[in-house]
Amino acid sequence: MEKTWNNKAWFMVLPVLLLVAFSAVVPLMTVVNYSVQDTFGNNQFFWAGTDWFDEILHSERFHAALGRNLVFSFIILAIEVPLGIIIALNMPRKGWGVPVCLVLMALPLLIPWNVVGTIWQVFGRVDIGLLGRTLANLGINYNYVQNPMHAWFTVIIMDIWHWTSLVVLLCYAGLVSIPDAFYQAAKIDGASRWAVFRYIQLPKMNRVLLIAVLLRFMDSFMIYTEPFVVTGGGPGNSTTFLSIDLVKMAVGQFDLGPAAAMSIIYFLIILLLSWVFYTVMTNYDAER
Amino acid sequence: MARIDLDHIRHAYSPNPKSDKDYALKEVHHSWEDGGAYALLGPSGCGKTTLLNIISGLIHPSHGQLLFDGVDVTTLSTQERNIAQVFQFPVIYDTMTVYDNLAFPLRNRGVPEAEIDRKVRETLEMIDLASWAKKKARGLTADQKQKISLGRGLVRSDVNAILFDEPLTVIDPHMKWVLRSQLKQLHQRFGYTMVYVTHDQTEALTFAQKVVVMYDGEIVQIGTPEELFERPKHTFVGYFIGSPGMNVMPVKLSGGMAQIGSHQIELPSPVMPANAKIIELGIRPEYVRLGRAGMPVKIAKVEDIGRHKIVRTRLENQDIAIIVEEGGDIPAEPHIAFDPKGINIYADSWRVGGQ
Repeated sequence: MEKTWNNKAWFMVLPVLLLVAFSAVVPLMTVVNYSVQDTFGNNQFFWAGTDWFDEILHSERFHAALGRNLVFSFIILAIEVPLGIIIALNMPRKGWGVPVCLVLMALPLLIPWNVVGTIWQVFGRVDIGLLGRTLANLGINYNYVQNPMHAWFTVIIMDIWHWTSLVVLLCYAGLVSIPDAFYQAAKIDGASRWAVFRYIQLPKMNRVLLIAVLLRFMDSFMIYTEPFVVTGGGPGNSTTFLSIDLVKMAVGQFDLGPAAAMSIIYFLIILLLSWVFYTVMTNYDAER
Repeated sequence: MARIDLDHIRHAYSPNPKSDKDYALKEVHHSWEDGGAYALLGPSGCGKTTLLNIISGLIHPSHGQLLFDGVDVTTLSTQERNIAQVFQFPVIYDTMTVYDNLAFPLRNRGVPEAEIDRKVRETLEMIDLASWAKKKARGLTADQKQKISLGRGLVRSDVNAILFDEPLTVIDPHMKWVLRSQLKQLHQRFGYTMVYVTHDQTEALTFAQKVVVMYDGEIVQIGTPEELFERPKHTFVGYFIGSPGMNVMPVKLSGGMAQIGSHQIELPSPVMPANAKIIELGIRPEYVRLGRAGMPVKIAKVEDIGRHKIVRTRLENQDIAIIVEEGGDIPAEPHIAFDPKGINIYADSWRVGGQ
C-alpha cells in the first residue's frame, strides 16, 4: 500500500508527546541528571560520569538489598500464586456466596498500604498485639523487632494477607469465563478432578496467571510502605529492601548522585525481569 | 447403541412448578428407535436443549422416566449413561494433540494403551483427521475442532447415543455442508443413535430421518421431512418449516365449504370440529396456483430468488405468499386458486382435517 506523507500529522501526536514528556521523560531526566553529576548544593554541579553507577554496582549494601528483594519476591510468588489458584477454585460460582466471597477477597486490596503496615505492626506486637500475645502465650518466643527471621515471617505473612486476593480475583475471573460445556464434556469423557484442572482450568487461566505473576512480581520488587511501617527495614538491615535502601540513601543521607544511579539501575532491573517473565510465559504459552 | 424411551417426562427449572407455564418442558412421551437419526427442531427457548440435556444427564427431569434399551437411567450421572455429546461451541482440550484429545476419554476409563491406539487411529480415519494426529488441537479450524469433539464420542465403542447441540453454529457455511454429509455417512455406516438439536430447518431436514418439532415446551410433531411439509400437525410447524412458511388464514366452515372473507372454497373432505375457538385454513405457497381464474388478488411484491419467484399477494385482508416456478406467468389481473391436495384445516392451531 502507498504510504501517505503528511507532515501536518505530526501535530496530532504533539499532545501525547507533551503529556508523556511531563509525566515521564522530564522527571526521569532529572534523575539521569543527578546520576551523572555531583552537587554540593547552591545549584553547583560537577560532572561525575559513570562513577556513581560504578559505586552502586560494586556496593555490598546494594547487592545485599537486591538479594533480599529477590528472595522476598520469590517466596511470596511461590506462596501467593498456588494459594490464589486454590482459593479461586474453591470459591462458589453462583448463589449468595459469590458476592460475599468477592467482597471478602477485595477488602485487603482496598486498605491503604501504610494502614496495612500499621495493622500488622500492632497485630504482631508482643505486648498488645493479638498475634504477638497469642504466640507468646503458646510459649513461642516471637519478636519481630529483634529476630530477623521473625521480621521476615511477619512481612511475608502480611504480604500474603494483603495481595493473595489479587491473584484470587484474577484467577476467579479466568475460571468463570470457562463455558459450562467444557465441564459437561469433561464429565462425559469421564475426566477426574485433577484432569479437569490440568487440561481445562489451568490452560484457560494461563493469561490471567501471567498478569497475576507480573503484577505480583513488580509490586513485591518495589515493596516499600508495609515493611517500612512494620520493621523500618530492621532489625539491622534484615528487611531493608531496595526501595527502603534507596530512600535511606536519598533522603536519610542526602546522597543524591548514588541514589539517582541506584534508581536507574533499580528501574532497569524491574524492566528486565518483567520482560523475562513475560517472554518466557508467552513463549511457553505459544509452544503448548 | 440404544433405543431411547422418554416416559412422561416433564421438567421445570424452578423448584415448585405450579401451572403449565412453569415448565420449560411439558409432557414428553415418546420412543426413539435404536439407530435412528432424530433432529430436535424449534425456535430458541422451545425446550429442545432442555430435552437434550435430560437425555445426556446434565439435567434430571422433574417428572418422568428415561430409559435406554428398557433400562431406567433417570437418576444415573452423565458418565454412567455412556453417551457422547457435541456442543454448540467446539470443546477441545487446548493443550493436547489431536491424538491425545481422542485418547482422553479412553485413558480416563483405564483402557489398555494398545487398545487405545487401535481405537484412536480407527476414529481418526473415520473423522478424516489422520494426518493431523500429532498437531496441537488449539491451532485447528472450528470445523476440525467440532470433528474432534465428535471423535471423542465415537472413540468409545459402547456409547448409547450421540447428542448434538447445534453443532454447526460456528462453522463456515461451505463447511456446514461437508460436515453434515459426513455425519450422515457416519450414521449410515455405523448406525449410531443420533439426536441433533438445531433451529435451522435445512439442517434438520437434511440430517434426520425423523424430525421432532418443538414449540413452547412441547413436541408438536414427529415425522419425516415429507410429513412435516405435506401435513403439518400444528400451524407452528407450517410456519416454521418451509420457505416461505405456510399461509394460514381464518375461515368459517359450513358443510363441505370454507369461507375466506367473501370467497367460498370447496374442501376435499368435510370437517366439523366441535367447540373450536379459531378455525384456520393452511396452505403452503407451493400449492397456491396463480392464474386468471379463482379469487382476485392484489400483488404486493415479487421476490426473485433464483430457481423460483415468491409472489406476495393480498386476498382482501389476507396476505398470501405464492411460489411461482421460474418463467411462470404473472397475469395482469391475477387470481388464485388453492390446490385441494395442499389444504389443511386447523382448529385452535391443531390440524383436524384436509386431504
